[in-house]
Amino acid sequence: MEKKYTPVIGLEVHVELKTKSKMFCQCDANYFGAKPNTHVCPVCMGMPGALPVPNKTAIEWMQRVGKALNCTITANSKFDRKHYSYPDLPKGYQISQYDEPFAVKGKVTVKNPYVKGEAKSFRITRVHMEEDTAKLSHEGSNTLVDFNRSSVPLVEIVTEPDFSSAEDVKMFLEELQVIIRYLGVSDADMEKGSMRLEPNISVMKTGLGTLPPYKVEVKNINSFRFVKEAIEYEVKRQIVLLEKGETPKQETRGYDDVKRITYSQRSKEDAQDYRYFPDPDIPPFAFDEKYRRDIENSLPELPPAKMERFEKELKVKEVDAFILTRDLGTADYFEKACKALKAEKIEPQSVANIIINKRLLTSLKLEDFVSKAKGLLAAKKTDTALLEKNIAEVIKQNPQVVADVKGGKQSAIMFLVGQVMKMMKGQADAKTVIQTLKEKL
Amino acid sequence: MILGKTILELKELLNTKKISREEVFSFFEKRIKKYNPALNAYLTVQDRMGNAAQEGPLSGVPLAIKDNFCTKGVRTTASSNVLNDFIPPYESTVTSKLKRAGYELLGKTNMDAWAHGSSTETSDFGPTKNPWDTARSPGGSSGGTAAAVSAYLAPGGIGSETAGSIRQPAAWSGIVGLKPTYGRVSRYGVIAMGSSFDCPGPMTLSVSDAAYLLGIIAGNDRFDGTSSPSPVGEYMKDMKEKRTFTIGIPADYFEGLEPGTEKRLREAIAVFKKSGHKVKSISLLSPKYSISDYTILQRAEVSSNLARFDGIRYGNPRTQFGSEAKRRIMLGTYTLSYGYYDAFYKKAQKVRTLIINDFKRAFKEVDAIVAPTTPVTALKLGEFEKYPFFGEMMDVMNEPGAMAGIPAINLPVGLDSNNLPVGMQIMGNYFDEGSILNLAYQFEQETELMGVIKRGVSNLK
Repeated sequence: MEKKYTPVIGLEVHVELKTKSKMFCQCDANYFGAKPNTHVCPVCMGMPGALPVPNKTAIEWMQRVGKALNCTITANSKFDRKHYSYPDLPKGYQISQYDEPFAVKGKVTVKNPYVKGEAKSFRITRVHMEEDTAKLSHEGSNTLVDFNRSSVPLVEIVTEPDFSSAEDVKMFLEELQVIIRYLGVSDADMEKGSMRLEPNISVMKTGLGTLPPYKVEVKNINSFRFVKEAIEYEVKRQIVLLEKGETPKQETRGYDDVKRITYSQRSKEDAQDYRYFPDPDIPPFAFDEKYRRDIENSLPELPPAKMERFEKELKVKEVDAFILTRDLGTADYFEKACKALKAEKIEPQSVANIIINKRLLTSLKLEDFVSKAKGLLAAKKTDTALLEKNIAEVIKQNPQVVADVKGGKQSAIMFLVGQVMKMMKGQADAKTVIQTLKEKL
Repeated sequence: MILGKTILELKELLNTKKISREEVFSFFEKRIKKYNPALNAYLTVQDRMGNAAQEGPLSGVPLAIKDNFCTKGVRTTASSNVLNDFIPPYESTVTSKLKRAGYELLGKTNMDAWAHGSSTETSDFGPTKNPWDTARSPGGSSGGTAAAVSAYLAPGGIGSETAGSIRQPAAWSGIVGLKPTYGRVSRYGVIAMGSSFDCPGPMTLSVSDAAYLLGIIAGNDRFDGTSSPSPVGEYMKDMKEKRTFTIGIPADYFEGLEPGTEKRLREAIAVFKKSGHKVKSISLLSPKYSISDYTILQRAEVSSNLARFDGIRYGNPRTQFGSEAKRRIMLGTYTLSYGYYDAFYKKAQKVRTLIINDFKRAFKEVDAIVAPTTPVTALKLGEFEKYPFFGEMMDVMNEPGAMAGIPAINLPVGLDSNNLPVGMQIMGNYFDEGSILNLAYQFEQETELMGVIKRGVSNLK
C-alpha cells in the first residue's frame, strides 16, 4: 500500500544554545535542574519597561550553525516580534526573525554506511535566531509557569520538504546532532529538550510530482526514540484517509508517546496571524565581509570531511570512519592515538579496531591507551604444556563433537576451541590453539 | 525663601547651608498636601526622604517623576487601572542615575494612561488640572509633571515624550521642557508607548536646570540597545558661550495659529534677530503629513507593547484598559495584520524616512528651527472627548520632530489674551542638544518673556 504513496516531509528543528547568558538579558541560561523562577530578571519576565539587548555570542554561534549547514550568512538582518498570546510568553510576543534571518539556503549531505544507498542531500531553507518561551507544568487544575527557560537562545532550522521517509528524518537528525555537538554550541539533547523536532508531514501519490495541498505539523516529539514512530504513524493515518478518497486536514497535531498516536491540536481555521513587525527595541544588523569570513574560518573540520579524511588518508574502513567521527572527542583521540602508535608500526585501522571492537576506552590517558593497545595487539604467549594437557582433557570430555569433526563437520571444531580457551582462561593465542587441536585430532 | 527656586538655586542654598535638606523636602511635602488635591498632579506621594542611593550633585534636591518610570518599591501605574497595584522590583535607568546623583523622590505624577493623550484626561485616576486655570488641562501626556513643576509642587521633574508629551504640556503649563534626541537618554524601565519614538527628558523652571538634568540622565546604556554611544556634551559649560546661529522658520508651522500664539511667536523671533542671529524662512514638509504617518506607526507599536498586559500577571484583566488604549490596540492590531502590513506599517516607515531626510536637508542650511509648540494654548478639560485624534491634533507641531527623532526644547514666551502661557520650540540637529540649549539659554538671559515661569509659580498661594 505504501508504495502507491510517497511521504513528503519538511522539518523545523529547534536547538537551544548553551551560551552563558540568555538571549536578551544577562540571566544564567543554564536552567536545567534549577529551582523554578530563579534565573529571571525584568527582561526575561517581560516586565513593563524592560528592554531586550541581544547576546552577540548567541548570534555568532547561530551563524556558525548556519555556516556548518552550508548556508549563506546574510549581510543584513534584524529581529522581529511574533505575536501570540500564551501564558509561557510574558511579552505577548516572541522575539524571532521573519523575513531577514541570519542564515539562508544551505544543504546537508549525509553519508551513513548503516543506511543503504547513496549519500543523501537535504536542503536547508533558513536558520534563524529566536528566544525560548517559559515552561509550563500542570498540577491538577493549576498551571505553573517557570520563567527560567524564558529567553534562552533558540536556533530554528527549517528544511525544504526533502524527506520521503522516517528513516531519512532520523538519519538527518542524527547528523544534525553530531554537527551541532562538533560546534560545541549546544548539547542538542532531545530528551532534555535542547533539540526539538517538528516535522511537517503530507503524503502524495507516488510520481505525481506536485506537493500535496495540505500539511500536518506534528509537535511534542520529545525523544529520538519516537521520531520514527510518530512520523510512521502519521503517514499511515494520512494514507488511510487518502484511500477513503479524503484529503487530510491541514492542522497541527500532537504526539502522544503513551498511546503512540498523533492527535489534533489546532486546525487551519485557528491559524494564527502573528502580526510580525521589526522589533523597534533592537537596531538592525549589518555584517561586513570580514565578519562573515571569520565565522566561516572559525568552524572546526566537520564530520563529513573528517570521515572522508579518515577513509582516504588513514585508510580506515568506511563504517569505522563513520563511527569514529560521530563524536569530536573520540575522533581527536583516535588521531592522537594513531600518531602515538605509528612508531610501533601499528596501522590506524588497528587503532580503530581497538577502539570500536575491543572497546578500549578513549577516556584513558593517552600513554595508558598506547601501552594497553600494544598489549592487545601483541601475539599472546602460550603455555604449551598446559595447552596440550587441556586439549587432551577436552577431547576426552566431548567424544561426540570429536566424532563430528572427524566425520567432516569442520565447523564443530570451533566449539572445542572455545572449550580449550575457557580452560586456558584466555591465556592462549587462538591460532596456536586451533593448530595444536587439529594436530591432536 | 524656597518658593520658586530653581534646582540650581536650591543646590546653592543647600551647599551654603542656608537651608537643610529636610527643610526643602518638608516644604514640598506640605505644599503637595495643600495643593495636590485640587490639581491631581501626583498619584503617589512619598512622605519621607531616603530615596538617594548615595551622596551626589543632587543630594537634597527633590524631583517629580512621571508614573511610567519604574521605581523600585514605589507603585508605578502609567495611570492605568491595569497596573493600579504594580510595585516594580527594579529601577529605570533614568531614575537610577538620579538616585546615584542623590535626588529625593517627591512622588509619581499623573499622565494620560499609558501616555496615550495630550491632556491627562485618559488617566484612570482623573485628570490633572492646569495651575494657570484649574478648569483647563495642563496638557499631556506628562501633564502631572508639568503641573507639579508649574505650581512649584516640585522644583523640577522628569517626563517622557513619544510625540509632544514633554513639549506640549510644558507649553500649556508655562515651563521649560526638553525632548532629547531619540537614543540620547535610556528608555530602560520606562513603560513603553511607541518604542521607536519614546524619549525621557527634563521638565524644569529654567534652561539651566534642563541642561543640568540632561547631563545627569543622558548617555549610552547597556540595558537599552537603542541608546546611543554618541558622547554626552558639557551642556552647562557650552551653553554659556555665546554663539551666533542661523535659525530656520518653517512657514507651514505657522498656519492656523491662534492670534495670541502667533503674536508671541513673532515677538520671540524678533528677539533672535535683535540678538544678531540670522533668521531665514525654510520649507519643511507640512506637519499635517505627520499625523497619519505617526498614527500608523505609533498604534502598531502600542498594540504590540501592550500585549504583555494579558491579564495573567499584574492582577488585572485586559477589560481594565480604558477606551483610548483599546482604540489604539485595535487600530495597531489591524495595521499589523497579515496582508495590511505592507499597505500601512511598511509604507508609513517609508514616509518616516522622507521626514528624516527633510530635517537632515534643513539642518544643512540652518543650526536650529524655531516654531510654535502648539497651535493653541491650554484648552478646557473635556475638549478632548470631542476629537478622536485629539492628541495628534494638539501635537501636530511636535510629531515631525518626534518622527525624525531630533531634539527640541519648549520655552514659555509670554501669555495670550486669556493669560495662558504660549510655548515656542527650538528644534536641533541629531545629538546636538548643546546648540538648542545654547540658543534657549541666550533667549532666557536676554528677555523677560520667560518671566512667565515665575508668574506661574505664584499662581497658587
